[in-house]
Amino acid sequence: MASELDIFVGNTTLIDEDVYRLWLDGYSVSDAVALRVRSGILEQTGATAAVLQSDTMDHYRTFQMLERLLHAPPKLLHQLIFQIPPSRQALLIERYYAFDEAFVREVLGKKLSKGTKKDLDDISTKTGITLKSCRRQFDNFKRVFKVVEEMRGSLVDNIQQHFLLSDRLARDYAAIVFFANNRFETGKKKLQYLSFGDFAFCAELMIQNWTLGAVDPQADDMDMDLDKEFLQDLKELKVLVADKDLLDLHKSLVCTALRGKLGVFSEMEANFKNLSRGLVNVAAKLTHNKDVRDLFVDLVEKFVEPCRSDHWPLNDVRLFLNQYSASVHSLDGFRHQALWDRYMGTLRGCLLRLCHD
Amino acid sequence: MPGKLKVKIVAGRHLPVMDRASDLTDAFVEVKFGNTTFKTDVYLKSLNPQWNSEWFKFEVDDEDLQDEPLQITVLDHDTYSANDAIGKVYIDIDPLLYSEAATVISGWFPIYDTIHGIRGEINVVVKVDLFNDLNRFRQSSCGIKFFCTTSIPKCYRAVIIHGFVEELVVNEDPEYQWIDRIRTPRASNEARQRLISLMSGELQRKIGLKVLEMRGNAVVGYLQCFDLEGESGLVVRAIGTACTLDKLSSPAAFLPACNSPSKEMKEIPFNEDPNPNTHSSGPSTPLKNQTYSFSPSKSYSRQSSSSDTDLSLTPKTGMGSGSAGKEGGPFKALLRQQTQSALEQREFPFFTLTAFPPGFLVHVGGVVSARSVKLLDRIHNPDEPETRDAWWAEIRQEIKSHAKALGCHAVVGYSESTSICEEVCILSASGTAAVLNPRFLQDGTVEGCLEQRLEENLPAGCGFCHIPYDELNMPFPAHLTYCYNCRKQKVPDVLFTTIDLPMDAAVIGKGCLIQARLCRLKKKAQAEANATAISNLLPFMEYEVHTQLMNKLKLKGMNALFGLRIQISVGENMLMGLASATGVYLAALPTPGGIQIAGKTPNDGSYEQHISHMQKKINDTIAKNKELYEINPPEICEEIIGSPIPEPRQRSRLLRSQSESSDEVTELDLSHGKKDAFVLEIDDTDAMEDVHSLLTDVPPPSGFYSCNTEIMPGINNWTSEIQMFTSVRVIRLSSLNLTNQALNKNFNDLCENLLKSLYFKLRSMIPCCLCHVNFTVSLPEDELIQVTVTAVAITFDKNQALQTTKTHAEKSLQRASTDNEELLQFPLELCSDSLPSHPFPPAKEHLESASSNSGIPAAQRATSVDYSSFADRCSSWIELIKLKAQTIRRGSIKTTVTVEKASPVGEGNFRNRSSPPCANSTVGVVKMTPLSFIPGAKITKYLGIINMFFIRETTSLREEGGVSGFLHAFIAEVFAMVRAHVAALGGNAVVSYIMKQCVFMENPNKNQAQCLINVSGDAVVFVRESELEVVSTQQPAATCQPSCTGGEVTT
Repeated sequence: MASELDIFVGNTTLIDEDVYRLWLDGYSVSDAVALRVRSGILEQTGATAAVLQSDTMDHYRTFQMLERLLHAPPKLLHQLIFQIPPSRQALLIERYYAFDEAFVREVLGKKLSKGTKKDLDDISTKTGITLKSCRRQFDNFKRVFKVVEEMRGSLVDNIQQHFLLSDRLARDYAAIVFFANNRFETGKKKLQYLSFGDFAFCAELMIQNWTLGAVDPQADDMDMDLDKEFLQDLKELKVLVADKDLLDLHKSLVCTALRGKLGVFSEMEANFKNLSRGLVNVAAKLTHNKDVRDLFVDLVEKFVEPCRSDHWPLNDVRLFLNQYSASVHSLDGFRHQALWDRYMGTLRGCLLRLCHD
Repeated sequence: MPGKLKVKIVAGRHLPVMDRASDLTDAFVEVKFGNTTFKTDVYLKSLNPQWNSEWFKFEVDDEDLQDEPLQITVLDHDTYSANDAIGKVYIDIDPLLYSEAATVISGWFPIYDTIHGIRGEINVVVKVDLFNDLNRFRQSSCGIKFFCTTSIPKCYRAVIIHGFVEELVVNEDPEYQWIDRIRTPRASNEARQRLISLMSGELQRKIGLKVLEMRGNAVVGYLQCFDLEGESGLVVRAIGTACTLDKLSSPAAFLPACNSPSKEMKEIPFNEDPNPNTHSSGPSTPLKNQTYSFSPSKSYSRQSSSSDTDLSLTPKTGMGSGSAGKEGGPFKALLRQQTQSALEQREFPFFTLTAFPPGFLVHVGGVVSARSVKLLDRIHNPDEPETRDAWWAEIRQEIKSHAKALGCHAVVGYSESTSICEEVCILSASGTAAVLNPRFLQDGTVEGCLEQRLEENLPAGCGFCHIPYDELNMPFPAHLTYCYNCRKQKVPDVLFTTIDLPMDAAVIGKGCLIQARLCRLKKKAQAEANATAISNLLPFMEYEVHTQLMNKLKLKGMNALFGLRIQISVGENMLMGLASATGVYLAALPTPGGIQIAGKTPNDGSYEQHISHMQKKINDTIAKNKELYEINPPEICEEIIGSPIPEPRQRSRLLRSQSESSDEVTELDLSHGKKDAFVLEIDDTDAMEDVHSLLTDVPPPSGFYSCNTEIMPGINNWTSEIQMFTSVRVIRLSSLNLTNQALNKNFNDLCENLLKSLYFKLRSMIPCCLCHVNFTVSLPEDELIQVTVTAVAITFDKNQALQTTKTHAEKSLQRASTDNEELLQFPLELCSDSLPSHPFPPAKEHLESASSNSGIPAAQRATSVDYSSFADRCSSWIELIKLKAQTIRRGSIKTTVTVEKASPVGEGNFRNRSSPPCANSTVGVVKMTPLSFIPGAKITKYLGIINMFFIRETTSLREEGGVSGFLHAFIAEVFAMVRAHVAALGGNAVVSYIMKQCVFMENPNKNQAQCLINVSGDAVVFVRESELEVVSTQQPAATCQPSCTGGEVTT
């Protein structure tokens, strides 16, 4: 006595948050039913497995119908077919665009192309996230990327306007788009300790300070692309390490200021030149796309790892970086103060965030 | 002549991509009305075109305005080939034709295509300038208001209730015309949609003309249905109740009747001035004496045959009834005469209303129903739909005579339906026989109602239960007792009705949904043989359905059914019966006896044991149900009951009763035994099955209640959250060795599982009640059973319940007692209840059913199977039925409801204190509900009737998610289109919403499916009570609300 047809349509569309989560997580109907059974819902409600099966199918069908609209969230708001209270609409959208940390770490900085999409099976195997869910998340990234790619104005605002995401999630997407556009390498082994949050934090700082939008709010792609002129100019910073006098002077200024304040003073003193060289060379190399992609690898290699091997406490890192940036202002021979601030201001923030275990 | 229709096409949005090359669309719009067409410019390359057209003006007759829909077609312009249609919007402009409704239709409408579904939206503005037409011979009936609501709409009061109006129109079904072979499915679907739209318009106009003739100004309880007769044509028919309504305009005016949920309204009228308006006929005399019993199924065959003589019989019955005794015998007679004269002029004294102004319903006699099996033949001349008219006339005549047999001059809660399979059609009609108060029925001076009211000391809650027929000349064997409420009149022991529970009825505990489900196999046959086979089965089905209902009712410990709806559906190889009703315990009726099982072979020990085990289970279930539904009628001591209660009598074998004369009935009644027990004799496996199935119905999970009436008795503190839904299930029966038992089980499981699913899905709304649960069953193909349910879940506040109930009950008690003190001997008792009960001994039931499904052709004339009554055949039916061995003994139980324990007065006490300000005040939320009200809100304006018909077809069923995906999407689209039309009228809700038809056909092999859906309802504007208060205090002059608002605020 199998049901040929079994549907339930409410004037207000019923959304079961638990089932929605299962659907988003890519479980098949039967898996979802099994999981729900395990959650003890049958005992709580006195329902039978058949009821649960029918209910789950029904919700899945609804979600499938909604999915088309979720691809363009403003459509969900204006469509007439499903009557959904605004708070529920927001929940549907937010959850649909939410992503798994494990997944995003795999994809972050990769080109959102068909090639990457083919690798989703591996990612799925590796992360334990279902392929379906991986696809949804990947497609979300790609969709957002495509829509905001050519737009003017703030990246976060654009995302928020076109996808109606919360501020928080819109910022995350801005980071994802930014990383994908600039193809920053994040997958290397030595970067594995970094979370998506770390990268997102850096991305935000970089968007604010290093992109075209930072100087010209009217520019196309303003928040997506790094300011090429700025990167070009960064070569000028090389003088800080190339000029031995300047380097020594810089070191003495920093050491004087920090003497007695740093637990790892001696290590700092011994390492100063290496560290400074590292940071300045990173800047100087950013004219090459390849080196831009390796930015985080370089930062970790040149700065984070040395600090870590000497067991610098975070506070010492902070004091050092502050002093290191500030002292440059006292270097009379150095003329690129503004450039330095634009560079170091952001980098200091990023480095502090990157310095953890 | 006189009307100018103006249409403006503003913009479109979310259009589909029609040009793959550019991913864009070059859209333009054709606006068509009658034979005139206008076009907008082509808006190039956009999915969101802004046409901003000029006003297209159509100068048309008002006749056309009523008949024709406005047809808007969106197309994609193509330079080289034919333009592609994107989709259409049909707009019914009827709501613009009467003054109090909408003045403009403006908003976004989904663009609908019968193959692709909704494809974007279009923004349209429509206005009508009407000129007055004084032509007396006009064919139009503009200005008549239509309501689907089956009670007097909330912001109106009934001045006169004129009565029954009906009409039907027929046409060829475009789907079966020769041209259909060469046109696309889309063209054929659109031709059908358009034709039905036209026919509904025409039908409405014709009904309107009839109303004008009766000098009414509105049709209430308007029910329009389609019969897709296939080859033989398409019938659109409608019934309704013509009324003269007055808009309540002064704040002081209260609605007379309707069961409006808002508590204030109810109390006030009760209190101050119960029926402020409408007393039209002069001397209304005390009505109280009449007693009615309802016989659950209609009729009694004997009388039905002699319908002509019934007329004369009836009055006699009234006067002769012993109970009429002391008070106002003469008055009563007078009353009767008046009523009668008021009603006699009418061919059919039928009312489609299910809830009435206070005082309107005097007594209720019981359910009357009639069925007829017909063979469909091609309708040769669509302008003269005589055969169909004649068929219905026959059935109505039978209903009328059944009502007379019950001593009633009117039928309320009347409805008609059909079930068609191939060329066989079952026509059914049912209603509740009743005696009405004439003052609503006639024109006349409106008198001080107070006076009048005092005169008629109709006990508040029990009057309607009193039997209307003559005790000595009962139409069927019923067991009568004195009313447990007023103690003066006789009441039956069980009462079945098709109406809603009257507002003032005294009920103990809560009600519940009761269903009887039944399948019967039938041999496949052709034409007349088939019709005969069906006719032969019908009486058995009706009998069994009633038996099941009765058993289930007893099992619930209840004594009355409201909202009874019995549907018999016909398929190729089976018949299905589904009866739904809401069981309640009426305080005026005796406590139902238990169910006793009797074995056939008492000698067998293990068998005995088995029997006693079953008996125990049944007893336990009854006890459990009593607790569950809070049924605890107070025990009454003998003295109180005193003499008026006659010796309990027992009826040994009811089976013969029908044909017996009245004196015999009395004789039969002489038995003793306090408990009225219902004996189920288990004499074969069938009976065993029946008992088992009785016990398999699972009660809803805690926190859930369900009923198929508007309101759940015993719950009165609704909160504002509502969820209307439609659920459809189709199961395929395995064709192997189908037996009746297996079928029954499958069907039963189907319904039970469906209910369980609903409870599960709506669990977040607990505590809540499923109201107006409407099941329809159909047999679309061999081995397929389709069940469609529409209902609304309403949350209520558990905590408030007790308190509110108490205060209300108290209040009403006080009120009632003050009102009635002078007149009533037992004032206190009065207020508490009126519970009609209705004895329906099963025996009689089957008799009734036998007669009711008069489908049995005594003679077959030409093609149609005749539907005459079978008095003569009855006896043989009775014999057959006797074999079924159902014995009933009845005794009476003496119970009286004491004042203290009076149950809350039904719906009167809606308290919505808690209704929170509506959370989502977003523009565009449109509520839909099958009820006539919206909890926690007040309807301030009726904008017109919504009556829509859609066809959806697909040739890519799999791609659309299979049958479930297809139908799910379609129903969601239908809801969306209804909401859009309501919003465009300026409304924010549809009340009395009903899905009248949902015909689904599939052909999975061809990857095709088709579905037809017909829905209707009333578009309204409502205001939340919480908002209302604010509005009225702050700006009393505000808009349109003051009229109704004022009343509420005063409390």
